[in-house]
Amino acid sequence: MPRVSAATVFDEMGWPDDVRTPYALIDAWLRDTPPDQLALKRREAEVLFRRIGITFAVYTEGGDAERLIPFDLIPRVLAQAEWRNLRRGLEQRARALNAFLHDVYHDREIIRAGRIPERLVLHNSQFRPEMCGLDLPGQMYAHICGIDMVRTGPDDYYVLEDNCRTPSGVSYMLENREVMLRLFPDLFRRNTVAPVAHYPDELLATLRSLAPPNCPGEPTIVLLTPGIHNSAYYEHAFLADEMGIDLVEGADLVVSKDVCYQRTTAGLQRVDVIYRRVDDDYLDPLVFRPDSMLGVPGLHFANRAGNLTLTNAVGTGIADDKAVYIHVPEMVRFYLGEEPLLKNVPTHDCSRPDELAYVLDHLDELVVKAVHGSGGYGMLVGPHASRDELAAFRQQLVQRPHDYIAQPTLSLSTVPTFVDDGIAPRHVDLRPFVLCGADQVRVVPGGLTRVALKEGSLVVNSSQGGGTKDTWILED
Amino acid sequence: MLARTAESLFWLARYMERADYVARLLQVAGHMSAVRVDSDRRSEWESAIIASGGSVPYFAKHATIDEVSVIDFLAFDRDNPSSIANCIDTARRNARAVRTALTTTMWDAVQGAWQELPRFRDAPKNADLLNDFLEWVRVRVDLFHGVCSNSMLRRDSFYFLRTGQFLERADNIARLLDVKYHVRLPQVSDVGGVIDYYQWLAILRVVGARRAYRVLYKGRVEPAQVAELLITRSVFPRSLAFCYQQITHHLDAIEDQDPARVAEAKRCAHSLYADLRYASVDRIIENGLHEFLTDVIERTEALGTQIAVGHLF
Repeated sequence: MPRVSAATVFDEMGWPDDVRTPYALIDAWLRDTPPDQLALKRREAEVLFRRIGITFAVYTEGGDAERLIPFDLIPRVLAQAEWRNLRRGLEQRARALNAFLHDVYHDREIIRAGRIPERLVLHNSQFRPEMCGLDLPGQMYAHICGIDMVRTGPDDYYVLEDNCRTPSGVSYMLENREVMLRLFPDLFRRNTVAPVAHYPDELLATLRSLAPPNCPGEPTIVLLTPGIHNSAYYEHAFLADEMGIDLVEGADLVVSKDVCYQRTTAGLQRVDVIYRRVDDDYLDPLVFRPDSMLGVPGLHFANRAGNLTLTNAVGTGIADDKAVYIHVPEMVRFYLGEEPLLKNVPTHDCSRPDELAYVLDHLDELVVKAVHGSGGYGMLVGPHASRDELAAFRQQLVQRPHDYIAQPTLSLSTVPTFVDDGIAPRHVDLRPFVLCGADQVRVVPGGLTRVALKEGSLVVNSSQGGGTKDTWILED
Repeated sequence: MLARTAESLFWLARYMERADYVARLLQVAGHMSAVRVDSDRRSEWESAIIASGGSVPYFAKHATIDEVSVIDFLAFDRDNPSSIANCIDTARRNARAVRTALTTTMWDAVQGAWQELPRFRDAPKNADLLNDFLEWVRVRVDLFHGVCSNSMLRRDSFYFLRTGQFLERADNIARLLDVKYHVRLPQVSDVGGVIDYYQWLAILRVVGARRAYRVLYKGRVEPAQVAELLITRSVFPRSLAFCYQQITHHLDAIEDQDPARVAEAKRCAHSLYADLRYASVDRIIENGLHEFLTDVIERTEALGTQIAVGHLF
């Protein structure tokens, strides 16, 4: 298997010989703890995760339908200074994305100013004409964003993609920390790790701030899940539980005269805010897919009538589309009048003939992604692809260039990770979560670190054998 | 609370209770067939199938009654919705669907049971493992009910859970007592004889009432007194009267904003409770124990339906 050459890879710990400051105590811990004790702790961690029931269903695999995502004990550590820059950049980016969403569903100034091609927005399947002209609380659309970051050097961060629909993974950020605290209380006593456990409170405050215009008083908030068979069901239950709100399925809700109610043992009770983890397409069979059994007929009309807030709003997919991604730095300049703090990965828009020609010439060096794909499916990693895979992708690119973008193969940073024969560097990414309420933008210091467990692999998605790590932001 | 949540809690408790009951049936059948001196050991296994309410699915699969088939059917058979393994599975599925309504310790109790279950997969083929398994089921179910008591807020969710538990128990007790009607004695002259004695003793063992019986009746096992203990004595937690005392208590505690809608369920529960409390066992036996128990089973089933209707399940 081709490997990314070690010389070009940035190891965030500097393991084993050149340890960077934020990892000093991790290094001491790894040196001082006998291997058999660490092995014991790894088994304990697995038992804890099974017990909690924090599982992830993978659709394409047979067998164990409730699979654990592998958890690695060695934390990923960021110094406060490193985080501070990231955090400002994340807030900025989330504001710009929301301003863009408000704009495309209202006056489309950015298109009229010629900064984003009209075709890209209006002919995009993620654009929802149903949302046009609707004013939302605080003009916010993507209330919960998971922004995927990668790192290539001490000061080089790139945004890989913006997840503005129903990003998941935050339960792992929280449970990974819980498990680490239980297994290694001493380690936390010696370090000053910023806590993340208040995330559910921040989320609830965000949801409260988004009460619809016609909400009679304190809003009733529920979490809408597709149900027990959804791969992220555990997370839905976990978040509802942590926030103390009801976890509902489509059949628990009913819309009457543009007001949404939940069916309770005491009759119908009004619902004002729905944190929905059901995709747009399935949300309301009267407006979107008519065959959806997961949604609630009339939900969209309750939303339009100002009686209900849906978080995230319908139609946010237009902001995290991989072709629209190219223009996010421009959004920051256009809406906020600021220079973007976070870099985009330089991206080739295959719909442009000159760029397509370049991509076809350099296919074995590039990562090619389907514009509408997610979860690491429909993706080509050029340097790791076989001759046949390259040929197949080349054909698809020529046939449907609009459906693809291409990026250079970044040499993602690594963090030491437990593997079968000891400790070895493995590539990681980072998904911090940004909460955009009508009142303020909130970011909890942390995120989900995903790690590609296969040697040399750059694909961190849990559906493709990725694992997770606890992510530490050190306080000064 | 969400109607769906109430429904899932109700069935969660029912399936946990049923797992315990089926384990008790198997334990006693095993014990009694071992101590029986006469040749007809088969009847113990037949009783277990009948008392579990599983005659129809059993005979759809097996032509005859024998120890191995019955144990397999009641313990692990996936085709039997009331096998212990299926009960635990269904309970866990209900628990998972309403995780947010469960306390952490409740989830641990259900999830822990479900996780350990595969460890006993070979129990039908291994007598020692089977004993461990049945004992384990009972401990697990006790743990579950215990953590419910000790961790849940006394609100509707708790009341629905307990209603489910005692409705299931009432149904089980009625079926257990009715077994005597289905498993005939070889000859009429055997009434009051050794076989008859052992059959009544087995019933007491299933509900763990031997000591209670001794304390309350201080004598030899008499059929009328066994029936009285299991039907009318509300001091005994596995009597029909006790179950209905609990059902009426918890049903009344559920908050209702529309009394008319839940009136039928309450009427069903309270009238049956009155019948059980003031029942005369002599008169029941005179009019037919089987007829009486059939009536209890039917009214219990109707009550389950009325609760679903009244509370929007």
